[in-house]
Amino acid sequence: MSVPDPVIWLVIVVLGLGTFALRFCFLGLLADRPLPAGARRLLRYTAVGVFPGLVAPAVLSPAATGGAFDPARAIAALVALALGIVTRQVLPAILGGGGALYLMLWLLG
Amino acid sequence: MPASTRKSPFAAGFLQGLPFVAVIVPFGMLFGVVGTEAGMDLAQVMAMTVLVIAGASQFTAVQLMTDNAPVLLVLAASLTVNLRMAMYSASLAPYLGAAPVWKRALVAYMLVDQCYAASILRYESRPGEPVAARVAFYFGVASPVVPLWYLSTWFGAVLGTAIPEGLALDFAVPITFLALLGPALRTLPHVVAALVSAVMTLAFAWMPTGLGLMVAAVLAMGAGAATELWQDRQR
Repeated sequence: MSVPDPVIWLVIVVLGLGTFALRFCFLGLLADRPLPAGARRLLRYTAVGVFPGLVAPAVLSPAATGGAFDPARAIAALVALALGIVTRQVLPAILGGGGALYLMLWLLG
Repeated sequence: MPASTRKSPFAAGFLQGLPFVAVIVPFGMLFGVVGTEAGMDLAQVMAMTVLVIAGASQFTAVQLMTDNAPVLLVLAASLTVNLRMAMYSASLAPYLGAAPVWKRALVAYMLVDQCYAASILRYESRPGEPVAARVAFYFGVASPVVPLWYLSTWFGAVLGTAIPEGLALDFAVPITFLALLGPALRTLPHVVAALVSAVMTLAFAWMPTGLGLMVAAVLAMGAGAATELWQDRQR
């Protein structure tokens, strides 16, 4: 990456402090008062709201192929997602997705 | 008396935490490899892993820095990934709120998905358990998870440069996120939120790197919450 060293350190420290603040906020300050239902409802969809957006561009136009659609990577992505949905576990999905990627890269050259 | 109730809460937590090692070690190694490949030195990779202990946001930060996104967007997008931890914090507060503040701070520092998932299951099934026992159980779960997260990142970072290009490690991160996404697609609102997130991020691809993702994430969370409300009204 072409990011200068001090900027990388800034990101590390601020991300560390910010993440701790998110983890500590309610444990530290709220103690045993509950959150409003509306806030809890929104926060429930945080992970599913972020992860697909994070991977969609990488799946459809991978940087490794200069942004061109790559069937091997797309198939591996589908396998990882499907295994996660079916097994409800992270590890088989990672291993299966990785296996599918290598198999497809080897088959499709 | 069954063995599970005779065990100390710490030992019971430790046993609950052990299986997570199978996820933590490859994930940590992957971060070490990806961070090093992206151009961070060993000190930076280890500092990030120890200060942040949140793999998904660490991958996000490294990915966006590699894409030369503005620093504010790198931070905003990575912290957005960790917003769920505020929800974990809120959900644990009723059970641990009475513990001394330094213990709550330590709980917060180690609040990763696995520690949260194992602990909340225990707390919900044992409403009368003393706070000290709950904290001991939590630290038990964290004991195999957190140190191995550090150690596996270090191994990945040290071995990383020795890993050949043909391994297509660029795609390890998307696969990891998709693997985390699958089990999270529990209900219709979760599926709706996920679809909105993917479609909107692609639609906002013209925005500066990281910003489109954040806008899409907010819309997706709103769509999930709205679908949930709609379902409640149908019943």
